[in-house]
Amino acid sequence: MEANQILFIAIALLTVLSAAMVAFSNKLIHSAFALLATFTGFAMLYVYLSADFLAVTQIVVYVGGILILILFGVLMTHKIYSTTKKTAHNSLIVSLLGGILSAGLILFIISKAPWAPLLAKGFNPTTAIIGKEILTGYLLPFEIISVLLLGALIGAIYIARAEDK
Amino acid sequence: MIQTALFIWLLPLAAFTIQIFLGKRLPRKGDWVSITAIGISFVLAIRLLIQALTHFDPEFVVTASIPWIDLGSFKINMGIYLDNLSIIMLMVVTTISFLVHIYSLGYMKGENYYNRFYAYLSLFSFSMLGLVLWDNLFGIYIMWELVGICSYLLIGFYFEKDSAANAGKKAFITNRVGDFGFLIGLLIVFTTLGTFNLSDIHQSISQGVLSGGLLTAAGILLFAGAVGKSAQFPLHVWLPDAMEGPTPVSALIHAATMVAAGVYLMARLSFMLSFDAMLVVAYVGGFTALFSATIAITQNDIKRVLAYSTISQLGYMIMAIGVGAYTAGFFHLVTHAMFKAGLFLASGSVIHAVHHAMDKTGEHGDPNDMRNMGGFKSKMPITHLVFVVFSLALSGIPFFSGFLSKDAILGGSLAFAIAQSNPIHYLLPTFGFLAAAITAFYMFRLIIMTFYGEPKKPKLFEHIHESPKTMTVPLLTLAFLSLYFVYTIPSLNPVTGEGGWFYHLIEKPVSAVQLQLGHAVYQMTEHAEHLAHVSGLMISIVLALTGILLAFAFYFWKKINVEALTEKIKPLYLLSLNKYYVDEIYEATVIRGLLLWNDLLAWFDAAVIDGIVNSTAWIVRNFSVLDGLFDKYVVDGLVNGVGLLISGFGKGLRRIQTGQVQNYVLGAVLGTAIIIILTLI
Amino acid sequence: MIQLESFLIISAIVFSLGLFTVIYKKNAVGILMGVELILNSVNLNFVAFSKYVDAHINGQLMAIFIIILAASEAAIALAIILNIYRNRASVDVTQLDEMKH
Repeated sequence: MEANQILFIAIALLTVLSAAMVAFSNKLIHSAFALLATFTGFAMLYVYLSADFLAVTQIVVYVGGILILILFGVLMTHKIYSTTKKTAHNSLIVSLLGGILSAGLILFIISKAPWAPLLAKGFNPTTAIIGKEILTGYLLPFEIISVLLLGALIGAIYIARAEDK
Repeated sequence: MIQTALFIWLLPLAAFTIQIFLGKRLPRKGDWVSITAIGISFVLAIRLLIQALTHFDPEFVVTASIPWIDLGSFKINMGIYLDNLSIIMLMVVTTISFLVHIYSLGYMKGENYYNRFYAYLSLFSFSMLGLVLWDNLFGIYIMWELVGICSYLLIGFYFEKDSAANAGKKAFITNRVGDFGFLIGLLIVFTTLGTFNLSDIHQSISQGVLSGGLLTAAGILLFAGAVGKSAQFPLHVWLPDAMEGPTPVSALIHAATMVAAGVYLMARLSFMLSFDAMLVVAYVGGFTALFSATIAITQNDIKRVLAYSTISQLGYMIMAIGVGAYTAGFFHLVTHAMFKAGLFLASGSVIHAVHHAMDKTGEHGDPNDMRNMGGFKSKMPITHLVFVVFSLALSGIPFFSGFLSKDAILGGSLAFAIAQSNPIHYLLPTFGFLAAAITAFYMFRLIIMTFYGEPKKPKLFEHIHESPKTMTVPLLTLAFLSLYFVYTIPSLNPVTGEGGWFYHLIEKPVSAVQLQLGHAVYQMTEHAEHLAHVSGLMISIVLALTGILLAFAFYFWKKINVEALTEKIKPLYLLSLNKYYVDEIYEATVIRGLLLWNDLLAWFDAAVIDGIVNSTAWIVRNFSVLDGLFDKYVVDGLVNGVGLLISGFGKGLRRIQTGQVQNYVLGAVLGTAIIIILTLI
Repeated sequence: MIQLESFLIISAIVFSLGLFTVIYKKNAVGILMGVELILNSVNLNFVAFSKYVDAHINGQLMAIFIIILAASEAAIALAIILNIYRNRASVDVTQLDEMKH
């Protein structure tokens, strides 16, 4: 096996195992830190898919933004310092049933699907192409999503702010 | 040179930014920030003008641009277009703006929101300079709107007063009508030519890409923007009301620069006017010149007289562009900017004095009303002197700048009329000459009522005094700039500007329409030009002197009893005093019309639709009575039976609806899985 | 050369784990984490197809839009969670059944 493939398998394992830890961990704060590893793993996988811009975006937005938000959420709602009791869970068996069912189905479809002839694209920097596409072919979705972001921003502030005054 | 131009343009913006955020905390409320910025701009503009004079080349042009929007096939470049026209316009704007800044030191002293006033002035200077400098219509449109906003802010500067706030709104909304035309014109140009750049537009039109009726339409629609901004009939109603703003603002924005932006735009776009578009422009301008001059005769508010006079003079400029007297039109813009700004500032000086006198004596009244003035000559010698100089310039008396430019316009319109085959075009010079006589008359009426005769309110008169140096120095400067030789050097001929530097530098651009058609847009002969020049000169001097003499006869020597004459021609007098009822007509037609239409719709709703609904309801109700009986016994029996059945089911099914989100998720997963499995099998 | 299937398998596993998390956790923040896992796995699919199937990079662009959506979703969701926590001192979703009739 090449070093390349070994590395890939390591990254895949990191991603999957940390995702499993997010799912199964009993303490929410552990889940949050495991999520950090998952997000980073995804970023590394994007590098394998020659999506350099996305990999950086993944780190910046997910690790730098969303994860911080989630950590805030954990810290502010989950009195982790005052109590040591575990997070409450629903029935493990029922939940596992749902998870395994979906995993089995998807894996089954992957194994059966007749995949179209695959392209073997080399590594090309994508930032310039993405920039151009966003301002030409994808201009309308881009504008709409900008408005959505603005709406989310205002909405989040409105919902989260204190009710009085 | 481009760099210099950029500095001239951006310094006021820097001043505005500092002023709006920090103004209150700076010493002297930061007025020096704005004044320094515009002062440096002024000096740099002088440098540019000297450079232009040393080149002394009518075709002198410098441009530079950068890509601004670049979306695939949609490209807009933004850049600076510096030719003699824009350099002289820069000079005019910075001069007036600088002088007004200094003048306001005295005039606005101690006002509330002093720093905000200077911030707005800076913002206005920035936008006006941008309007002059930018090389494409899109940029000009942006700045066009920006000066409109500044105008709105400054008209409504005393926003505690309802009348000022309303005047601001009126100016803004009236301009909107014109700007809508401007926008459509822009869209026509962009969709057909694919560019906003002025030189590119010139080139494309010469090649005939845009021609015929659409070209005329584009010209007239772009002109609609100028009609709004330059207060031409029928959108002139906002300018007199705009006098609610502080007087320095009236001088800067509503006399010299912003309202002249429409003329500047038409000068820039004169190359794309077809003959029909030119006729429209000329007639609108000519009619406005006469129309508003007749209103100015009867107004008693000193600033309103000047406002109508401004509208009238702008009409002259527009008419000049329309008859192809390009140089004359722009020349009048420059000279008019100087003496009209001067007139406003001088009237501001008078108003300032009256205002303070009113404060001291405790008398109440309108400080703008000329009927409270009279005999101020002895108390305010400098103001009186400059007022006379400006009025002579405005009336078109030789040895003053106004004569050169106004005579050139009148000559131009006369030449146009002579050269055309259709005699109806003699209307244009007629409008112009009549307006010239009336102009002289109302200006001297104003001077006599204000500065001569007996003081009408002796108690007030006691406290009148000359304004401070910060106000008189700008006035004297502007008075100097209203003398004829400033514009005719190196020649010293007092009756024509030809041979002077101005005529040399500003040359009519080659019309793109002419290149497209292959022949001149309108007929013009040497003979007509010469004939018009000489006779125009004579007629305009005679008419101006007649106007002045009449004014003296009416108001100074009292040879003619004004009151008796007024009684005799009462309907005409009332028509003029009430501004031909244009405001009332708009109120009655546009505004009332809209309200009426609303009422009609409301009535239709109430009578017709509600009627239909109500009668249907009545029929249905009566039918229902019968139906009800049937329902009660037959249907209810069935329904109750079914209902019992369903509620039994429901009670059972209710257990599934747990209200637990996660149960639903699980359900959704199971359902999806079942669907997928079924499709796979 | 790494095969397309490898990515799809990773994505499938993470997706199922995310789904499991959504069903398993009672804490609203935990559910949010599950949702993030699901969104990430979907993204991975898009990018993988973009590399192996699509001649252009439409998949990557779609992924960018999904990231933006995920960001706004997280912001709104946390705002709602904070609000719930302020009102009831708990973020247990099993207790949130007021809307049940």
